[in-house]
Amino acid sequence: MIEQIELTKRFNKIDPQSINDFLEFDGYKVFKKVLTMNSNEIINEIALSKITGRGGAGFPVSIKMSSFANETGVKYIVCNADEGEPGNFKDRYLMEKDPHQVIEGILISAYSTGASKGFIYIRGEYSKSIDIIRHSIKEAYKNNYLGDNILGSNFSFELEIRRGAGAYICGEEFALIESIEGKPGRTRVKPPFPTQQGVFNKPTLINNVETFCNLPFILRIGGNEYSKIGSEYATGTKLISLTGNVNNKGLYEVPYGRTIREVIEILGGGVKDNKEIGMVQLGGACGAIIPESLLDMDIDNEKFAIFDSKMGAGAIIVMDESFDLFDILLKNMEFFQHETCGKCMPCREGHIQVLNLIKKFVRYSATKDDYLSLESLANVIHETTLCGLGQTSMTSILSTIKFFQEEYQQRIRESLFKEGY
Amino acid sequence: MVNLKINNINVTVTDDITILEAAQQYNINIPTLCYYPDLHINSDCRICVVEIEGYKGLKTACSTPVREGMNILTNTPKILNSRKTITELILSNHDASCTSCIRNMSCELQSLAKNLGININRFENVLEKKEIDDHNPSLVRNANRCIKCGRCIDVCKDVQAMHVLESMGRGHEMEIKPAFGRYLSDEFCTFCGQCANVCPVGAIIEKDNTDIVWEKLYDSNYHVMVQVAPAVRVSIGEEIGLETGLISNGKLVSAIKRLGFNNVYDTDFSADLTIMEEGTELINRIKTGGVLPLLTSCCPGWINLAEQEYPEILPHISSCKSPQQMFGTLAKTYFAEKENMDPKKIYVVSIMPCTAKKYEATRRELRIDNKTPDVDIVLTTRELGKMFRQMGIDFNQIDEVEFDNPFGISTGAAALFGATGGVTEAALRTVYEILNEKPLEDINFTSVRGMKGIKETEIKLGDLNVKVAVSHSLSNARILIEEVIAGTSPYSFIEIMACPGGCIGGGGQPYGTTNEVRLERIASTYLVDGNMVYRKSHENPSIKKLYKDYLIEPNSSMAHHLLHTKYSPKNI
Repeated sequence: MIEQIELTKRFNKIDPQSINDFLEFDGYKVFKKVLTMNSNEIINEIALSKITGRGGAGFPVSIKMSSFANETGVKYIVCNADEGEPGNFKDRYLMEKDPHQVIEGILISAYSTGASKGFIYIRGEYSKSIDIIRHSIKEAYKNNYLGDNILGSNFSFELEIRRGAGAYICGEEFALIESIEGKPGRTRVKPPFPTQQGVFNKPTLINNVETFCNLPFILRIGGNEYSKIGSEYATGTKLISLTGNVNNKGLYEVPYGRTIREVIEILGGGVKDNKEIGMVQLGGACGAIIPESLLDMDIDNEKFAIFDSKMGAGAIIVMDESFDLFDILLKNMEFFQHETCGKCMPCREGHIQVLNLIKKFVRYSATKDDYLSLESLANVIHETTLCGLGQTSMTSILSTIKFFQEEYQQRIRESLFKEGY
Repeated sequence: MVNLKINNINVTVTDDITILEAAQQYNINIPTLCYYPDLHINSDCRICVVEIEGYKGLKTACSTPVREGMNILTNTPKILNSRKTITELILSNHDASCTSCIRNMSCELQSLAKNLGININRFENVLEKKEIDDHNPSLVRNANRCIKCGRCIDVCKDVQAMHVLESMGRGHEMEIKPAFGRYLSDEFCTFCGQCANVCPVGAIIEKDNTDIVWEKLYDSNYHVMVQVAPAVRVSIGEEIGLETGLISNGKLVSAIKRLGFNNVYDTDFSADLTIMEEGTELINRIKTGGVLPLLTSCCPGWINLAEQEYPEILPHISSCKSPQQMFGTLAKTYFAEKENMDPKKIYVVSIMPCTAKKYEATRRELRIDNKTPDVDIVLTTRELGKMFRQMGIDFNQIDEVEFDNPFGISTGAAALFGATGGVTEAALRTVYEILNEKPLEDINFTSVRGMKGIKETEIKLGDLNVKVAVSHSLSNARILIEEVIAGTSPYSFIEIMACPGGCIGGGGQPYGTTNEVRLERIASTYLVDGNMVYRKSHENPSIKKLYKDYLIEPNSSMAHHLLHTKYSPKNI
């Protein structure tokens, strides 16, 4: 067994629409325990666990929480459920299969940091998730897990759903915050960071769904125990959205430390139709594309620091040998060209030019100069853009320039003969 | 204080500033594009990127605060390559027909490209041509030149509280325009032109009327005269490359004469006249229990705001025409009669620091006989500079000449109209002496001077202690207007100017009008006042003569007929 079932333990064992099922399966038990602890004790456990954010950037959760806890006045908690990264569907499963676990994680964060109001910002296309979370919030209010003086304590907390409207950029924390405020989804300049000035310019703690879901687990077994799960680089388990040309596509929960090959071959059952692996994209459209020879790397944040691309939110997209690299890059770049918000100049004007250059490779009309322009432009976008979108959108280009250099060179050579093709 | 290194130079600065500000203090120039000193930091252009040791990626100097121990490099090959690449990208979606652009040689993008040494553009041009909005008399918006830096949005939203311009659409399709892509004329735009003043390129510009003026100057059917607004004499120097805040009176007149105008007159004259009329209106309203506070009417941007958004405020606004329009009326009545000329053959040109004045001159209410406009055409300070350049006029090579008469003699009070608080100060100097029938002890009302957003003072008029207030920029205007509408305004007189700093900071003024520059122009304005023989409008001998010969007395029926107007709510 290479899986370790923790966050997904209630999946398919409870009726997600029933708070009673959740309660019978240890639901809100950790939260009740947490209500007897103080802020420092809770955040200290989380610090001991060494958990990092599961949304893709991998920032230490306890650092964010303690700086947020130190802020005073009106404060907001935001759960980022705008899961827009292609190839990822873990947050959707977490919301649809065990919605109260998400709420429990949010409650633990709110109680330990002194926030009184929260938003779950759910991707607009996730209608089912929205329905289920809406129902669960209602149930939680009815059973006094939300609302005033929760379970007879002094702690009160309101939770609301905000529905996204289809923009990928709204998964970026500040674009999401702007969207909550009713503005177009465009990021803000940092600093100030969300923990200082977020929603309506009030301190805001924003975390990914999976991050919140880890908190009941950490506080159940203790930070120390939790930190023993995983590898020397990252602790805990990770939900992996495995897609592409594998036999068993789906969601898997594995401890950090497993290799990509293990996930693809053991859990995914290998490549469909007995073909060879051509390439694997990690994290989603914003992730690195690696060749088969690199599949023995661990699934952990640090070692995946190829061009700052980490495991991201945990997608593994397997492409067999029949796929053309430049077709894949074209799809990636069309996506980003459509989704860049338009605020900062290298991102707004850069993606359309990257797309134009990639089209030349697809059409066998690329020259050496086009390659040099592409490489230079991809680096500039990666280095200079304002938010995570542009900083990561070039990872597929930069990683393939490194690992699939021969394909670029060959395409340039072939272009000499096939121009106009 | 924090210590850091920029390009290996040890730098010690306060801890509340950005890397850009720290570098500027040590004369290290980091190129910028979207950055504008008085506006919100957007950090959108990414031109000012620098390398900071230990930091991932490049960071923008404009938005990154300094920290102890930072080691910053501002011009490595990587940085230079990034700046060049971004500039190429911007140019690839820009109508770069530079020589036919009004901003040629004064364009911030052009000079950035030149300084960075952009010789070729590696990227294909992806510009999709968009319609040019020139459907109003004041401003032209050319989206093909827009680089979406956001300065216009910020000045319209944060400084003017107008919210006319916004960014719309996403990604490559993102555009800056009025809501629903409408024309500026269909919007709550006041034509203040602050957007045109801060635009780094030629995307929002004043409607250029210089060609019409050249034509008229050489058309023997017309007697072409020109009036020069108070604020122009402290800013035209910058427009022609001389120092900021330079006071040019004689040389300005001389240069304008060389363009070929028959007479060069001074709007300061009609500013004095405005004080006589508006001051009398204030006295009457105070004495007869009329509608108070009285609000000034010289600023057409403010009048536009009032007519568009605050119809209930209109009875408060002085019925006086603005000095520009008073001048035009007198030129086509008093002057025409005196010189025995057909008013239709008199062509009145104004040189104004303002783009809204272009709109004002076209107003139906401001015509001498329902057809002939008081003022025929308005040029901004920038357009005057253009005419000087077209003519090859060099201020260093010309003599000083006086304004022509009868509209050439003015007072220090009139000169103050250019600066925020100036109309108030001028009005108080006159109203006090007329009402109290004794000279003012100190004619300098320093509490209404300067760049503070809302200023106030108190003065004893007759038995009453009267409170007056001054605001500049429309966001501040809204505060005072809303008090008046709510009935909580403690003031009897309020001066409102649409632009920050008043007319010296107008939308038609030379590019680079930052608050620092505004302060220098304001300082020069008070120097002009201090150096005048007469410093109170009612002491102007030409004004006295005008009343004696023609208008009889302030607010007479003749004066009312010629110098006053009406306002009406405007539906957008």
